[in-house]
Amino acid sequence: MRRYAAATGRSLALGLLALTDAVLTVTVALMIMLSFTLGLVVLFPPGARMLRRRTALARRLSGRWLGREIGPSYLPPPPPVRRQPDGWYRHERQLYKTPRVPEWNNRWKWMFSDPATWRDLLWATLNPLLGAALLLPVIIGWYAADTARQGHPVALLLGVAAVAAIAATPWLLRFYGWWTEFLLGPTAKSMLASRIHKLDQARLETADSQAAELRRIERDLHDGAQARLVAIGMTLGAVEALVHTDPAAAKALLAKAREASSTALTELRDLVRGIHPPVLSERGLGDAVRALALDSPLKVKVTVDLKTRPESPVESAAYFSISELLTNAARHGGADRVWIDISSHRKNLRITVTDDGSGGADPERGSGLRGIERRLAAFDGVLAISSPPGGPTIVTIDLPHALVWEESSGTKAQMPKWKWAIVGLGWGFAWLPLFPQGIVTAIMKIIEHDEKSWFYALYLPEPLQWPVIIFNIALGAAMYGAAVLIPIQHSRQRWMAEATPHRLWLHR
Amino acid sequence: MSARVVIAEDLHLLREGLVHLLRAHGFEVVAAVESGPELLKALTGERPDVAVVDVRLPPTFTDEGLQAALAARRAIPGLPVLVLSQHVEQLYARELLADGSGAIGYLLKDRVFNAEQFVDAVRRVAAGGTAMDPEVIAKLLVSTARHEPLAALTPREREVLELMAEGRSNAAISQRLFLSESAVGKHTASIFGKLGLAPSDDDNRRVLAVLAYLNAARS
Repeated sequence: MRRYAAATGRSLALGLLALTDAVLTVTVALMIMLSFTLGLVVLFPPGARMLRRRTALARRLSGRWLGREIGPSYLPPPPPVRRQPDGWYRHERQLYKTPRVPEWNNRWKWMFSDPATWRDLLWATLNPLLGAALLLPVIIGWYAADTARQGHPVALLLGVAAVAAIAATPWLLRFYGWWTEFLLGPTAKSMLASRIHKLDQARLETADSQAAELRRIERDLHDGAQARLVAIGMTLGAVEALVHTDPAAAKALLAKAREASSTALTELRDLVRGIHPPVLSERGLGDAVRALALDSPLKVKVTVDLKTRPESPVESAAYFSISELLTNAARHGGADRVWIDISSHRKNLRITVTDDGSGGADPERGSGLRGIERRLAAFDGVLAISSPPGGPTIVTIDLPHALVWEESSGTKAQMPKWKWAIVGLGWGFAWLPLFPQGIVTAIMKIIEHDEKSWFYALYLPEPLQWPVIIFNIALGAAMYGAAVLIPIQHSRQRWMAEATPHRLWLHR
Repeated sequence: MSARVVIAEDLHLLREGLVHLLRAHGFEVVAAVESGPELLKALTGERPDVAVVDVRLPPTFTDEGLQAALAARRAIPGLPVLVLSQHVEQLYARELLADGSGAIGYLLKDRVFNAEQFVDAVRRVAAGGTAMDPEVIAKLLVSTARHEPLAALTPREREVLELMAEGRSNAAISQRLFLSESAVGKHTASIFGKLGLAPSDDDNRRVLAVLAYLNAARS
């Protein structure tokens, strides 16, 4: 009962909202028309923006009311215009003093050349019609109530119709959601484009941070171990010269050299720990984090539930993220206790770090959290932080597809058996209703042939013959259609899944 | 009779160096191996008086040596093992100490530089004692910094505690800190009183009690 009431309420709201789209469509169409006919290009971007705002609302409502999450379908926005070394900004062959005009030009072109803009417009144009359909149950109900008040006997019939319409409302809403997704949902092309855009950014950041890391290592080696080895070499040279003349001094120098080698070793050890901790390669993520917990001044409880070891680069990223989070908890959060949970969720690696500190962690301000995000970005990892003032701070790291690539992904793309059955049935038997019992019977009837043979429709009473023949033809055509369309639709789904891979580095 | 030693180390130079060093100090080197499986065979076959083992060994170059040492100690309880490593981890120290029977050493490879102290550590382990690297103890004390009874120790007592946890006897501690042995004895009694541990005259058991206490304090 409540379900139908909610569905009716939603369809009423969505329907009324859709009717107002008529005004929007006319306005936007006018703006676009003016921008082409009179050259008022200035009007195009605001028009497209209005459309986008409306469709963003539609996507949000679809997620909330229709249970159908729809992602944005736009191509990634153009990158900001870069300043040239001579201080000018270039757009094609023109130079500008400020980035405003080139930026504007880029945005205009981006909106104009994005098919999603035109799909948005098509949706907004057709939406009032579908909105009217959504309002139908309410209108019939209201009409039925009205006639009932006047005492017409038709009211009974209308009442039945209204009940049927309201019963059908959830289906109506589902169709409306499907239609909205059809026009506003992301296409394979836009998904690929935004994926490439994201990968591009992640690659840049990864390359940047790698280069910075290498520079740091080079500096550490140069100022540390390398310098110490030079000193040891020099000391040994001096020992060589002194060993006969002044054995006591030589002995003192040797002790110094030994001390220097020991310091160099300590420095190298610290450096190695920063590059890739030995315990991580020896024992894997779980024990490496336990070792980390033992070295921390906080009380850390570690629970690990992993069946397989993630790839080594993923392991390393996860390890250093946890290490950074532990340091943060001790330094900024003022925590006493920390709980670290490492577990697998199907193929995802999920890490939760909870501390009882004072909270208030903000990724915008903390460079540490930003660094973790950068580290994780290379593996499509996501960092989520919940840190209200007063604590507790809960940080969740999700690394998708970090665990062993299972073969089952190949079987998932297979068509289910029942679909194969329909396809087989279509190819095997569709000819039967279509040709002998459909088209041929129709010809027999048109030329009024006496022979009834085995055309069963001709044995039926006269008024039923034509409807049955037409039904047979339609049935045959539908069977053929299903046989052709089901594999196409399926391979499209599969193609979409393959066109948007989530994991690119594991293909050994 | 000289003590019989098994050495496991994959770097040829270092292995030879260890063999020479220990021979020069009167040990009998019965086997010098370079991989995990060989080590396990040598340990269970030769039953040496002490084994000097590198953590990272072929074939996997992970913690092969440590695993072999632990396996051998499960087969022969109390088999004295001195583990050497390029890095020290509290995690590994805990695993080595877990069976509570002592005769365990865990040192950084750097400690080999100081031949006397290294040989002293090997002798201590062979005799059923403990030799923990100062770095392990330092890390342990850092991570227990907030533990209240430990925070109540005086700086001197802390120094004594550190040396004690490394596995040194009262005599060695007194030498190291330039104190009289009776003064060290007083300090240890005071430490045991503050930490609520039962005093013990046996050096080895004392060390294990302290290590167990420290390990428990931090979890």
